[in-house]
Amino acid sequence: MGAIWTIAARELKSLFLSPLAWTVLGVVQLILAYLFLAQLDNYMQFAAQLALLENAPGVTDIVVAPVIGDAAVVLLLASPLVTMRLLAEERRARTLPLLYTAPVSMTEIVAGKYLGVMGFMLVLVGLIALMPLSLLAGGSLDLGKLAAGLLGLTLVLGAFAAAGLFMSSLTAQPVVAAVSTFGLLLLVWIIDWAGASREGLGDALARLSLLRHYENLVKGIVSTADLAYYLLFIVFFLGLAVRRLDAERMGG
Amino acid sequence: MRLAAPRGISIMIPVMEREVLLRAEGLYRWYGERCAVAGLDLELARGDVLGLLGPNGAGKTTTLHMLTGNLAPSAGRVTVAGHDLLDEPRAAKAAVGYLPEQPPLYRELTVGEYLRYCARLNGIARARVGEAVRRATARCGLEGMERRLIGNLSKGYQQRVGIAQAIIHAPPVVILDEPTVGLDPIQIREIRELVRELGRDHAVILSTHILPEVQMVCSRVEIIHRGRIVWSAAMDALERELAAGALVVRLARPPEPAALAEIPGVEAVEPLGEGRFRLRHAAGASPAEAVAEAAVRGGWGLLELTPERRSLEQVFVELTTAEEPEARREAA
Repeated sequence: MGAIWTIAARELKSLFLSPLAWTVLGVVQLILAYLFLAQLDNYMQFAAQLALLENAPGVTDIVVAPVIGDAAVVLLLASPLVTMRLLAEERRARTLPLLYTAPVSMTEIVAGKYLGVMGFMLVLVGLIALMPLSLLAGGSLDLGKLAAGLLGLTLVLGAFAAAGLFMSSLTAQPVVAAVSTFGLLLLVWIIDWAGASREGLGDALARLSLLRHYENLVKGIVSTADLAYYLLFIVFFLGLAVRRLDAERMGG
Repeated sequence: MRLAAPRGISIMIPVMEREVLLRAEGLYRWYGERCAVAGLDLELARGDVLGLLGPNGAGKTTTLHMLTGNLAPSAGRVTVAGHDLLDEPRAAKAAVGYLPEQPPLYRELTVGEYLRYCARLNGIARARVGEAVRRATARCGLEGMERRLIGNLSKGYQQRVGIAQAIIHAPPVVILDEPTVGLDPIQIREIRELVRELGRDHAVILSTHILPEVQMVCSRVEIIHRGRIVWSAAMDALERELAAGALVVRLARPPEPAALAEIPGVEAVEPLGEGRFRLRHAAGASPAEAVAEAAVRGGWGLLELTPERRSLEQVFVELTTAEEPEARREAA
C-alpha cells in the first residue's frame, strides 16, 4: 500500500515540475472562465423576465450546469496531454526498470500512477468549482445540483485518466499516447451518434457513451447506473494497463 | 578451447561454506524464434564480485533483466536470498539492487528527492529513509549533491546516483550493467573502487566488456557467449591459468636449443631468433630458477627472463570467436 502512495506522490510532483501541467491548468481555467462569464451575462439579460415565470430555471441551471457540461469537453482535449507521459515517458527514458526491480507489483504501479494523475484532476475540479462557488457571494445556489455536477466531472476525468493511462502503457512515445487517448475518448463520447434510428442498437450505444451518463449528473440526477458505468470504465482500463505491463515483462 | 568446465567453480569450492545469495538454474529466453539465453546457470555467494563478460549481443543484458525480474524467463528459475523470483517476487526483489545499462533517473528531481523516492519504493520505513539516503550518498561520493538536479549532473555523477539507487536498501545482491561506460578514466577508477568495496559485504554481478576491469575488480569471471556460459573460473585460478605456459629468455651467447630442453621443467623450446627462446612448461611449475642457474653455469649471458602471460583478452577472443557448432544449432 505504501508503494502506491510513494508512486502517486512522485507522479504528482513530476507533473507539477513540468510546465505542461501548469499550462493545462491555466488554459483550461481561462477558457472556462470565458464560458462562465458569457453564461452569466446571458443570465443577467434574462433575469428580469425569468423572475416573472413560475418554476423558472435558476442560476444553477442556466450558468453552472452549462459550464460544468462544457468543462468535460474542454478536458476531453486537455487530459490526454496530462496522461500521455504516465508510462510512455518512463519507457522512453528507460526508467521503468526502477519500478520493475523494486518490490512492487504491477497493480501497485498502475494504481500509484492513476492516483497521482487523479490528484492533478482533483486540483482541476477544485479550480473549476471555484467559479460557480463565487456566485455565492451575490446569491444562492442549488448546492445539491452543483455537487452532482462536480461528482460527474470527477468521474468523467477519472474515466479519461484511466483510458489515458492504458494508452500510455502501449507506447514509448507520449505524443502517440496522447493522440490515441484523444481518439478513443472522442469515439466513446460520440458513440451514440450512430444507430439513433434503430431501436436496440441506438439504445445500446447510448448506454456506452461517456456523454449520456455525464448529462444526467450535470442535471443533478445521481443514479447508480451512471456511477457504475464510470467505475466499470475506470476498472476496465486500469485492468488492461496492468495486463499490458505484465505482458511486456513476459514478452519483452 | 575450453579451460575449465562451465560449472567448474561450484565443484571446486564446497557449497557448504558459501552463503549462496543468487542462483539461476536453466534460464532460457526466446524472442520469437531467436534464443537470447540458452540454459544458463549461475551462482553467486556473499563476497563474490562476479564479472559477466561477453561480446555485444551475447545475452548479458537479457540475463540481468531476468535475474532482476524485469523480464520473465521462458524457462528456468531464479532464487534470490532463498526466495523464488516467481513465487515470492516481493521478498526476492527486495533483496536485489539493479543498475541497468542506462541508469533509471528522473532528470527533473534532485538527487535527494530521487533517492528518497527509491528508498520508499524499496519499502524502507519513512523514519529510516533519511539514514538510508545519507549512507548511500556517502558511499557513492555524493555528499553535498543532494540539492542538485539530476538532469544537470555530469555523466559520472549520474552514474553514481544510479549506483546509490541500487544500494539504497542495502540489498544482499547488487547487479551493475556496464557501470563504467562513458566515464572518464578518473571516474572509472572511482567506480571500480566502489564496486570492489561493495564486494566486501554484498554479492555483486558486474556486466562489462572491458576486460581489464574484470581483472581488477572481480573475484570470479564467467564468459557468456550466444546465451550460454562458455567459461567460468575464480580469479585466482584464472591468474594461475593465465600465468601458466611459457617463459621467454634472451641470452647473449645462446647454446643449442637441446641444452635448454634439458633443463628440468622445460617441456619444449621454440627459438624466436636473436637469442630469444620461448620455453614451454607445465602449469604452475615455472622453471625460471633452474633456467637462471643453468644460464649462469653455462655462461650463456642471461639478459631477459620473462614469464609469458596469456591475457584474458586472448581467452575471451578464443572463446567468443571459435565456431561452436553445438551452440549455433541451438541458437538457430
